[in-house]
Amino acid sequence: MRVTLEHYLVVSALLFGLGLWIALAKRNAIIILMGVELMLNAVNLALIAFSRFAAMPGGRPPLAGHVFVIFVITVAAAEAAVALALAVAVYRNRATVDIDQINLLKL
Amino acid sequence: MMVLARWWDLRSLANPVHALLDWLRDRFPDWVAYVVSGLIGAAAIGLFLGVAMLLLIWVERRVIARIQIRQGPNRTGPAGILQPVADAIKLMQKEALTPFAGDKWVFWLAPVLLFVPTVLTMGVMPFGEGMVVADLNVGVLFIVAVGSTVPLVIFMAGWASNNKYSLLGAMRTIAMVLSYELPAVISLLSVVVLVGSMQLGEIIRFQREHFVWNVFLLPLPFLIYVTASLAEIGRSPYDIAEAESEIVAGYHTEYSGMKFGLFYAVELANALILGGIFAILFFGGWWTFGLDRIIPGWLLFLVKMLLGYWLFVWARGTVPRLRIDQALKFSWQFLIPIGLLNVLLVALEVAIWAETDAPGVILLPFAVVNWLGAAGLVVGYVRLLRLEGVQAPRPVLLTDQIGIVTRVTGPVGAGAAGD
Amino acid sequence: MEGFGVVSAFWVLSAVAVVSALGIIVSRNLLHAVLWLILTFVALAGLFITLTADFVAVAQVLVYAGAVGVLVVFAIMLTPSSARTNAETRFFGPGLLVAAAFSTVLAYVALATDWPVVARDAFQTTAQEIGSLLVTRYVLAFELASLVLIVAMVGAIVLVRGGRTVPEEQVEAAAPAESEPEQRQEQTTAVQVH
Repeated sequence: MRVTLEHYLVVSALLFGLGLWIALAKRNAIIILMGVELMLNAVNLALIAFSRFAAMPGGRPPLAGHVFVIFVITVAAAEAAVALALAVAVYRNRATVDIDQINLLKL
Repeated sequence: MMVLARWWDLRSLANPVHALLDWLRDRFPDWVAYVVSGLIGAAAIGLFLGVAMLLLIWVERRVIARIQIRQGPNRTGPAGILQPVADAIKLMQKEALTPFAGDKWVFWLAPVLLFVPTVLTMGVMPFGEGMVVADLNVGVLFIVAVGSTVPLVIFMAGWASNNKYSLLGAMRTIAMVLSYELPAVISLLSVVVLVGSMQLGEIIRFQREHFVWNVFLLPLPFLIYVTASLAEIGRSPYDIAEAESEIVAGYHTEYSGMKFGLFYAVELANALILGGIFAILFFGGWWTFGLDRIIPGWLLFLVKMLLGYWLFVWARGTVPRLRIDQALKFSWQFLIPIGLLNVLLVALEVAIWAETDAPGVILLPFAVVNWLGAAGLVVGYVRLLRLEGVQAPRPVLLTDQIGIVTRVTGPVGAGAAGD
Repeated sequence: MEGFGVVSAFWVLSAVAVVSALGIIVSRNLLHAVLWLILTFVALAGLFITLTADFVAVAQVLVYAGAVGVLVVFAIMLTPSSARTNAETRFFGPGLLVAAAFSTVLAYVALATDWPVVARDAFQTTAQEIGSLLVTRYVLAFELASLVLIVAMVGAIVLVRGGRTVPEEQVEAAAPAESEPEQRQEQTTAVQVH
């Protein structure tokens, strides 16, 4: 059987949904970050699948999808670094990383 | 071209394999040849690594012994050649302990996963012309990427041991490996920028085309890469975390039996594979100025791999161990700036080469500039950081500490006062 | 995309990716969740290879599995061991509904749309072409990405180190005076050994 664009897009949608569930339903701030990373990865998969199978609009080169994914990976790594530094800083001030307990601006 | 269409011509081992695959493709459906080629590649790598690891244990112990002016193993078999077999039997019959409160699955998985980067790296190395499992277009980056999963596996080993010393050793090793990844990648970048491709076969072809080995063109990246890769595989002088004379053995403290044997064997196999990578990137791989027409290229490549491994063993027996802060400082404050300046120089040269569209002989002045630049960078940077004269003794007056006024010289300098 | 190897690789890798993502949700221990996440990253890198995006696949392994994975693990090590459970909030059920609805809508859109599919050959030399695109057509985004990385690096260091309060400064002012007799002792012991 053939593997087409729709196969990859369904896998991407599934992974995105799982990442969204992690980001919504978990208590630990670091796990929420992991859910966000999973969502970004699902988006990367969709972008690469489009770059491989579909025509690029506006006369863009077919590797524009790859370039976009490189930038998404870069920004996701930078965001992971800052978010984890934030989590560590929050732990130093509140002694917890449980998001249910970091819901007041007052110390 | 070296590859002849006769399957018995063993000057390139790809000949029998291709003949077999063509025969299979004629008779059976497509997927049979696909699966068989994968199996042949896997079997070849597995066999090579198995034999290599047995041989390397013997080589290492004998060579280190000779460097330390002693005999080394000489009881088991003639000149101790059966020592690796004895080691393997000893390790296999030991009790494989698992820490009580540790994490069983992760503990078991870590040595297995540590073996994966070694095998994957072997898959992209060309042993001869056309003798490569997968000549990837991003070969060099692939090697860096699979090597970058090693810190994670070390962390798994350290954490699953449920031992705070293991965890501490694992964290130290991770910090060191991550710090030395940067100089390694930067020096590989110099090679890739000069050659213009990340494909390992292409790098060998470049050296063959211009009748030169990359080490003559790029001496400083070679030296930086040797140093950084020694640290990447955690070998002396960077084996602070798991050296034999340390009190706890770092991340493999809690491992016993064949799991520990796997850690040890992987360290040696990694050293051999890195020797192979040096050979490909800097010493022409299987191409040796035309000698590979007489002697099979893969034999020459094996010799170069073993010479690279011997370099590692020599470093282990000679250079004293670095402390973790000394090691990290060396990477961040010395190797990375020098590596970056070298990349700048190489990029400038490649731009000049491309713009003027000069013939290949322009590599000769480039080589001269690179050697002078390497010497100048190292000496100049050492002077800049005032690193020289650290061990020079200076006179010290003993005063009212012990009541005598004497003039002595003490080994104090910039390095001793908690530097 | 008909070859036996590619099709079987796609199904196996997709299954591994989805099961690993489920493993993040289901595992009770935070560090096990991180390991499942890294397996997801590696499975996705494999899926990129089935799409012949070799450079992006290798970059994914290098950055995500090699660097972001280690980053998350270090951050977990810096937080208390009592908080290392993988518990859920009270939005477990509603979160599941929202996520399921969202991914159903996405999958439906993916299946129902008539994508302008072009029969293209597999990519051969993505690395060189991505490189040339990055410095010709997308050079502005390239420079801005490097700026983002610098800012993130400096910001992360400041966040983790920052917030020295006054008592700490007094402690640091007292420290050099404390280390002087230590230095003299170091010298004498060094000389005595000598």
